[in-house]
Amino acid sequence: MVYKIKVPVFEGPLDLLLHLIEKNEVDIYNIPIALIVQQYLEYLALAREVDLELTSEFLLMVCTLLAIKARMLLPRHAASSEEEEEEEDPRRELVEKLLEYKIYKEVAGEFREKEILWSKVFWREIDEAKLLKEFPPLNPLGTVTMADLFTAYNHVLRKYEKKREVVSITRDEITVREKIEYILNRLYKKPSGLSFKSLFSGMSSRSEVIVTFLALLELARRGTVMLRQAHLFSDILIFLNESKGGEDSADSVSG
Amino acid sequence: MPTLFPDEAKSVIEALLFVSGDPLTAKDIAEILCLEEKEVLNFLKEIKADCEKERRGFCLVEVAGGFAFSTRPEHAAHIEKLVRPRLSSLSQAALETLAIIAYQQPVARSEIEEIRGVKCESAINTLLERGLIEEGGRRETPGRPILYRTTPDFLKYLGIRSLEDLPALKRIEAEEPDRENQD
Repeated sequence: MVYKIKVPVFEGPLDLLLHLIEKNEVDIYNIPIALIVQQYLEYLALAREVDLELTSEFLLMVCTLLAIKARMLLPRHAASSEEEEEEEDPRRELVEKLLEYKIYKEVAGEFREKEILWSKVFWREIDEAKLLKEFPPLNPLGTVTMADLFTAYNHVLRKYEKKREVVSITRDEITVREKIEYILNRLYKKPSGLSFKSLFSGMSSRSEVIVTFLALLELARRGTVMLRQAHLFSDILIFLNESKGGEDSADSVSG
Repeated sequence: MPTLFPDEAKSVIEALLFVSGDPLTAKDIAEILCLEEKEVLNFLKEIKADCEKERRGFCLVEVAGGFAFSTRPEHAAHIEKLVRPRLSSLSQAALETLAIIAYQQPVARSEIEEIRGVKCESAINTLLERGLIEEGGRRETPGRPILYRTTPDFLKYLGIRSLEDLPALKRIEAEEPDRENQD
């Protein structure tokens, strides 16, 4: 005699869990974990006789349930403050997952009904490849040839280049006055003497170097700064002229 | 193109629907016939009513964002003697996966598995093979997972007009669990 064991098939641990919750008619927000774990394991034992290749997801769920049970058995902190009373229910995360899954399981049921209904409906099937072969679509370019396109492209390009010629580039205006202000600022910060080389370091444009040099010459001419060189070819140091006291400002530039 | 008389227009619209492989939108038809979309929609309504009134073997269905002729469900038994029956229905796993993709699209495999609590690779492959879902780019997160979305064939498969017409999700507001009754 052959025994036939009929084991219901579940789509996953959440599916089985939902089934057990519904079968026991328990509140999904208040799952009796011990009872559910017991029934869950009973199912697994039964299913395993039939299908040894039971997926690890089912076993993982047992572990999750047991972990929840363990956390629920742990003594709670005495509710000393309101915050602690609001302590998270260890089942909460699982309940949220179950509810989320339940939504889609129900939608899948509605999809199933639609699937059955519309499987009885047939549409006209069109062999598009054959249609395309028999009725090739018109060339959207009409009589336009490759040469026409090339000429048109060149025409546009020439127009574009002409336009580019009139593009004006605005120059960064650096005035001697600004540079005088800049040099004086640096000198105030460095009363021990500013190196000539370092004054020009970091300058990228030719005009900026020239304007800075002119500014330095102007300051020297007015006697606001003094220039010293220790020996031939050594770096030139720039000092504020103490007697003039650096009261000079950029505003008194002449010419 | 000369202006069409209403009866002619209806006739031409029927011809267009007959030739088209995919559902035609009222906009497409309006462009072809140089008519207002509103007029076309009226003609389509009339064609639909005509099919019902005369109990034609086919009917006009609004599906996958357009209009198409389909047979009546009650004729299925006869039709299946002529053409091979459709592919088998989807498995529960495939349907659940399809439902999640339909509502969450574009969605990565790991996100579907998170909701279902099980691996979904074979279900996704089935849905891809049946042309009900397709790859729709990648998420710009580590691993750049493939994102899946439904196809127009999905809408046709379930006879749905557009994604906006999917049945509403019955979301239940999570209540505070009752702490009094623990096991």
